[in-house]
Amino acid sequence: MSEANIAMLEQVEDVGGVAQPLLQVNNLTKHFPVRGGLFAAKRTVRAVDNVSFAVAKGETVGIVGESGCGKSTTARLLMHLMPRDAGDIIYDGMTVGQSLSLRELRRGMQMVFQDSYASLNPRLTIEESIAFGPKVHGMADGAARALARELLGKVGLRPENFASRYPHEISGGQRQRVNIARALALSPRLVILDEAVSALDKSVEAQVLNLLADLKREFGLTYLFISHDLNVVRYISDRVLVMYLGEVVELGPVDQVWDNPAHPYTRALLAAMPSSDPDRRTEKPPITGDPPNPIDPPPGCRFHTRCPFAEPLCANATPKLTALDRMGHEAACYMAIPGSGHSRAPRETTA
Amino acid sequence: MSELPLSATADAALQAAPATKARGYWATVGRRITRDKVSMVCALVLLLIFLSAILAPWLGLEDPYKGSMIRRLRHIGTTGYPLGTDELGRDMLARLVYGGRLSLVIGILPVILAFCIGTSLGLVAGYVGGKLNTAIMRTIDVFYAFPSVLLAIAISGALGAGIINSIVSLTVVFVPQITRVAESVTTGVRNMDFVEAARASGAGPFTIMRVHILGNVLGAIFVYATSLISVSMILAAGLSFLGLGTKPPEPEWGLMLNTLRTAIYVNPWVAALPGAMIFAVSICFNLLSDGLRSAMDIRN
Amino acid sequence: MLAYIARRIVYVVPIVISVALVCFLLVHITPGDPLVAVLPADASQELAAQLRAAYGFDRPLPVQFGLWLLRALHGDLGNSIATGRPVLAEVMRAVGNTVTLAIAAAIIGFTMGILLGLIAGYFRETWIDKVATSFAIAGVSVPHYWLGMVLVIIFSVQLNWLPAVGAGPNGSNSWAWDWAHLKYLVLPAITTSVIPMGIVTRTVRALTGDILSQDFVEALRAKGLHERGVFRHVIKNAAPTALAVMGLQLGYMLGGSILIETVFSWPGSGFLLNSAIFQRDLPLLQGTILILALFFVFLNLLVDIAQAAIDPRIKRG
Repeated sequence: MSEANIAMLEQVEDVGGVAQPLLQVNNLTKHFPVRGGLFAAKRTVRAVDNVSFAVAKGETVGIVGESGCGKSTTARLLMHLMPRDAGDIIYDGMTVGQSLSLRELRRGMQMVFQDSYASLNPRLTIEESIAFGPKVHGMADGAARALARELLGKVGLRPENFASRYPHEISGGQRQRVNIARALALSPRLVILDEAVSALDKSVEAQVLNLLADLKREFGLTYLFISHDLNVVRYISDRVLVMYLGEVVELGPVDQVWDNPAHPYTRALLAAMPSSDPDRRTEKPPITGDPPNPIDPPPGCRFHTRCPFAEPLCANATPKLTALDRMGHEAACYMAIPGSGHSRAPRETTA
Repeated sequence: MSELPLSATADAALQAAPATKARGYWATVGRRITRDKVSMVCALVLLLIFLSAILAPWLGLEDPYKGSMIRRLRHIGTTGYPLGTDELGRDMLARLVYGGRLSLVIGILPVILAFCIGTSLGLVAGYVGGKLNTAIMRTIDVFYAFPSVLLAIAISGALGAGIINSIVSLTVVFVPQITRVAESVTTGVRNMDFVEAARASGAGPFTIMRVHILGNVLGAIFVYATSLISVSMILAAGLSFLGLGTKPPEPEWGLMLNTLRTAIYVNPWVAALPGAMIFAVSICFNLLSDGLRSAMDIRN
Repeated sequence: MLAYIARRIVYVVPIVISVALVCFLLVHITPGDPLVAVLPADASQELAAQLRAAYGFDRPLPVQFGLWLLRALHGDLGNSIATGRPVLAEVMRAVGNTVTLAIAAAIIGFTMGILLGLIAGYFRETWIDKVATSFAIAGVSVPHYWLGMVLVIIFSVQLNWLPAVGAGPNGSNSWAWDWAHLKYLVLPAITTSVIPMGIVTRTVRALTGDILSQDFVEALRAKGLHERGVFRHVIKNAAPTALAVMGLQLGYMLGGSILIETVFSWPGSGFLLNSAIFQRDLPLLQGTILILALFFVFLNLLVDIAQAAIDPRIKRG
């Protein structure tokens, strides 16, 4: 065991125990003002609107949705890389600024970005990039470099070959491994993977996914896995969140959502998945049109402009996330809410 | 530690480290520029001019200040005066070599000063952003409303003739230009994911600036600044040529050009010599700057 | 489009005011008393105070600026200390000659620059390209006042083909479009044209090279378009940027002609500025710089608008 002499930073202490979610997000909201012309009225993009969810210790939660639905903004808000307009982000029962400092949060929560090249400083060697974080948190240069080499091994790269390399000298898959090692260098408990494998070749993607699974076991990590690729999300996630135009439209255990999608948007997304089975080929496009402009989201249910089942009700009022069963499957659609008034809604049960 | 994840070690391709030797960015740039013939020739010419200017007193030249009415405006190739003499009978070779001292200082110093000031302003504006950025950049815009020659002449014209005033006015001309470049590259780098990643690891703004921003912006700003040296040399000598910079009897190329103007009917080619020096330095800096720029463009 | 023009014009207002402020302050960074130039050496305290009040130098700076700006808006830039004539009239008379010179230089420089740039960009990395880029580098590196001297040495002193200084026969100051006058324009115009020639060559070369290496050109060629058609696409795509660069260069020529005008004693605004500096004629200095800078600002505005008119992407960006 070589880790005996390699020091890692101490993890942020587990305070709440297993029952307390590692991450609790309540009503997270971020609106961006849009600069109009000189005489135009000010408008806002509702990038993230009232998003709430929880991530339990040790689980992997996937977030899916089309590009522009607010997935990446959510990730950056969670990392406190940009200020939020409203909402709470609670890490293991602690709020940043109260019982947890921002510095501590950034040890407890790390992120891997989509663009493996842009997320590494081209002027630093790989070892220096990985060692940067621990040094910021007070580790001595030598110890941080030793840790960086150790972690390179953990992500499957021989330190003697890679430590003194520069990012442009290695492949995309290798770079993303470096980024993972960099995230792990701060001994986080939660790792946000923002489209972390999306830019990789399929074969490399599979290797990195396996690596992620191995690392999760070894370090006892919790993942928040953001992707537009449903196959990958299904493979890696325990639970999944479906986002549309800045809102969560459906969430639940991945099997429930896949087998019984309750929101027509989820159904459309699943139907649009390319299948390798020729008998299950997608015949007609399940949804048409581009997502509406997030600058002026349609009133009511934001999906009603593209929904084949939309009724007047959907344009007038916004459906709330509603529990569909006792296993945590929820959806924000009037067709799933008993007694909502939608013609396809289940009848109200008095239980 | 035990075994690495199977998926990782089993794949030989994953360990396929690049064949080239690991080399830092600047080492690569250095290697590329030494292979560029044009740049190397320019560097050599500049080195010669710089060395001769620095070592002028030890080169066994005539006294550049000592004139004589009886040997005024000798032609190029006169024995004892290989480049002739000027309108006061002073040795042209000595004056051209000594002239390099002042000419190079008043030409290059403004760019160095502007590089320091402009880089600091641009870094702050680019990294902090927001209102401070607006304040700095809008002020800069005002200076962009003047053609640079006009601005330089206006300021040194108002301040009056003198070496210091000439350096000050040229610095004022170049600060906005360098600030603008520094701001734009800093803004570009600031929005890169690796800066976000550094913030995400808990680093403070000064650490991020030092470790992640500076190294990625200084190169581009530096190249831009080297391209300004050529303009600066021409303008600094130009101010002296107008009588706004150096004062007689100092040997300085622009001033020499001015005082020799009256001699063009008597001995035209001697009169043109100081300008040729300015031209040589200016074109060498321009070519060297171009070479440096393409050496630093390592994508191809 | 109209909204874009309106927006650009609104943005120009603060620039114009700041430019005026800089010009105003120029006089106040001047060491010594601005009155020294007009006062007789043995002037009494009383006379000095009187004149100071007459020029308004006794009031606080912001008030002086306000008054000065207000008068400037009415076209009153004060009187030249040296000649006593109104500054505006003096400057406008000189600016005409500078414009003549700049336009002549622009015709030479832009034509040469566009031609060299297109050829260099089209035959990239060949000897033709090398020759053209060498010309361009030399053009931007040459001290133009020295080039003027060299041209005078060759064409006036040695060959005696063209006049060395002035703007017309017998020192006439009024311009006319005949050969007797045109002769005087040739050397200054060529000298002025080398910098824009170099810069336009480099710009057009880069643009041409970039456009030719883009996918859509490949597609056009694959479609069977002959080279002349490809060239038309190149020109269409390069035009907005090239135009912007040329507009800026025209502005530099107008504002930066002082060195060349001094070499050739060309009676333009630069020459006027030069004499204003050496006679310490501060109102004239201030007025000349203000008017030249305003020319430059409005030329930039025109270029922006023209660029937006031919390149629709700009308005939205």
